[in-house]
Amino acid sequence: MAWYIVRRFLQLIPVFLGATLLVYFLVFSLPGDATAAICGERGCTPAVVAGLREQYNLDQPFWIQYLLYLKGVLTFDLGTNFSGRPIATIIAEVFPTTAKLAVMALVIEAVFGIVFGLVAGLRKGKIFDSSVLVLSLIVIAVPIFVLGFLMQFLIGVKLQWTNPTVSGDATFAELLLPAVVLGLVSFAYVLRLTRTSIIENVNADYVRTATAKGLSRRRVVVVHVLRNSLIPVVTFLGADLGALMGGAIVTEGIFNVNGVGNTLYRAVLNGDGPMVVSIVTFLILIFCLANLLVDLLYAWLDPRIRYA
Amino acid sequence: MPEPTSSNAPASTSTPMSAEGLVGSEPQAPLATEAPTPVGRTKKSAYPIEHFVADPDETPVRATDSAVSDAAPRSLWGEAWRSLRRQPLFIISAVLILAVIFVALFPGLFTSEPPNENCLLENSDGGPAPGHPLGFTVQGCDILSRVVHGTQSSLTVGLFATIGVVLIGGLIGALAGFFGGWIDAVLARIGDIFFALPLILGAIVVVQLPVFQQNRNVWTLVVILVAFGWPQIARITRAAVIEVRNADFVTAARSLGVSPLGALVKHVIPNALAPVIVIATISLGTFIVAESTLSFLGIGLPPDVMSWGNDIFSAKPSLRSNPMAIFWPGLALSITVLSFIMLGDALRDALDPKARKR
Repeated sequence: MAWYIVRRFLQLIPVFLGATLLVYFLVFSLPGDATAAICGERGCTPAVVAGLREQYNLDQPFWIQYLLYLKGVLTFDLGTNFSGRPIATIIAEVFPTTAKLAVMALVIEAVFGIVFGLVAGLRKGKIFDSSVLVLSLIVIAVPIFVLGFLMQFLIGVKLQWTNPTVSGDATFAELLLPAVVLGLVSFAYVLRLTRTSIIENVNADYVRTATAKGLSRRRVVVVHVLRNSLIPVVTFLGADLGALMGGAIVTEGIFNVNGVGNTLYRAVLNGDGPMVVSIVTFLILIFCLANLLVDLLYAWLDPRIRYA
Repeated sequence: MPEPTSSNAPASTSTPMSAEGLVGSEPQAPLATEAPTPVGRTKKSAYPIEHFVADPDETPVRATDSAVSDAAPRSLWGEAWRSLRRQPLFIISAVLILAVIFVALFPGLFTSEPPNENCLLENSDGGPAPGHPLGFTVQGCDILSRVVHGTQSSLTVGLFATIGVVLIGGLIGALAGFFGGWIDAVLARIGDIFFALPLILGAIVVVQLPVFQQNRNVWTLVVILVAFGWPQIARITRAAVIEVRNADFVTAARSLGVSPLGALVKHVIPNALAPVIVIATISLGTFIVAESTLSFLGIGLPPDVMSWGNDIFSAKPSLRSNPMAIFWPGLALSITVLSFIMLGDALRDALDPKARKR
């Protein structure tokens, strides 16, 4: 098992390097002056531009630039953004909010998705099943920003159950509505995935055995059917954690959450290359680690999978 | 070896049944009380009693179990079309999609109001008025007209991004799956790298670069969406091609002298197309959402292009006073995406034999 973890971890490295290289290349090497955003409409004098290019290693050949950047990432020295603030400090400041938001969304979508999917799968073809299926299709189809505005307007503005926007403190209660919006689309996917998986497994031999040896229905469903049906769901949830971090761009924008997504959006609008690259690198890292975690969860969920 | 031969095997299996039958129907008292064991196990009974053993049931196999069909076997597509025609999900989504395409092609038929030319600021955020059933945007333009005219750009982006993704992702996936080996390894690693960068995230980073900012239009957006959207189709195609690659008909074609590439194009790809079509249909909806999300963030289509995403973006500030300006383009967007997702669902049911079994 330990060897398996090490091997999976080593496999992550090329993916991580490739993805960061791709982003770095796109941001700094496509035609157009990467420092133009600092200077604004009027432009800087050539001396200032040269100084800036030197400060951000842009005067070096591309490979040296990238290696210097990697060195920075590995030593947790991400440099400064275009307004001169250390990037690591900014990320440390906004990350907890986004992490809270993403984990809340993940919990909401996992709990509700699995419960609804389980019930729908066990009652395949009944009214509950078909209505939940139709509902999930609608939730998938409505884009997250439409959904976000709708809920912000109905719950925040009309009913006033909660603040329509989130303050700087980002308390649990304030983040609940954005988390629901963020998790809603994936909730529909989790539900459909669980349902399909349950329907597949409910007729499996080991389920019949479990029933035949006299286990209670509850135990059969929870321990035998559900546990074995969760594997595709867990895969999805792991991949989704990364997507939630990225998807937070829209949700954080609507609800004015001061998180990673909002910071990335501002950096993109300002053309702040170093900031964009650092945040995306950070998100890629989280995405890769989440996928690693999923692989390790498999072994625990499915006793048939054993890693040599 | 005293193994039970084939001749006495049916007898031994049929005896318990017939013994039961005897107990129930005929008054053969001694046999009924005697245990059934001697009847089944030994050929010669120790008791001088006549045995009544029912004739073994002759089950006519052919009549019930054979599936005789004189009709020519239908192709996967013919079969799919037959099951699709009867599916309400397919009919609803197909009608909706045709309607959306019709609106995109002939917007003039659905509204006589020009979308941009007749905007009066005195109408800003106004409610429904005669001739303007959905009210006005913040610029005083007719919402209905803008929603109708915005159909075209959303649909164009979705359609061409899907075509691009199917061509590029399909090609890469087919090559990786068919040739395997190092080609597969390299292409799979490249796919993994792109997979680590979600579509929207990658698009947001790239769309704001100077080179794209200077030529913002429908086509650059399509290029960006294709650049980050192809790995999914590539994975699906690869899996489908691997499944077909070793089929007998491919081996037959190869042994008849068809070149590897010829076999791939003529035999493998047509048979691996079904899952690709399903995913492509669903991604058409995804790309429409991606376009509108980017436009909604203000970095997608340029403001002079009419699209649902742009309209939602410009209606954002007046959400509290005029939520309908967000609601209508949002509704149009959702219905369009919904119909493509429903179509994909229906196609999956029809084309995926594994799903059909259930």
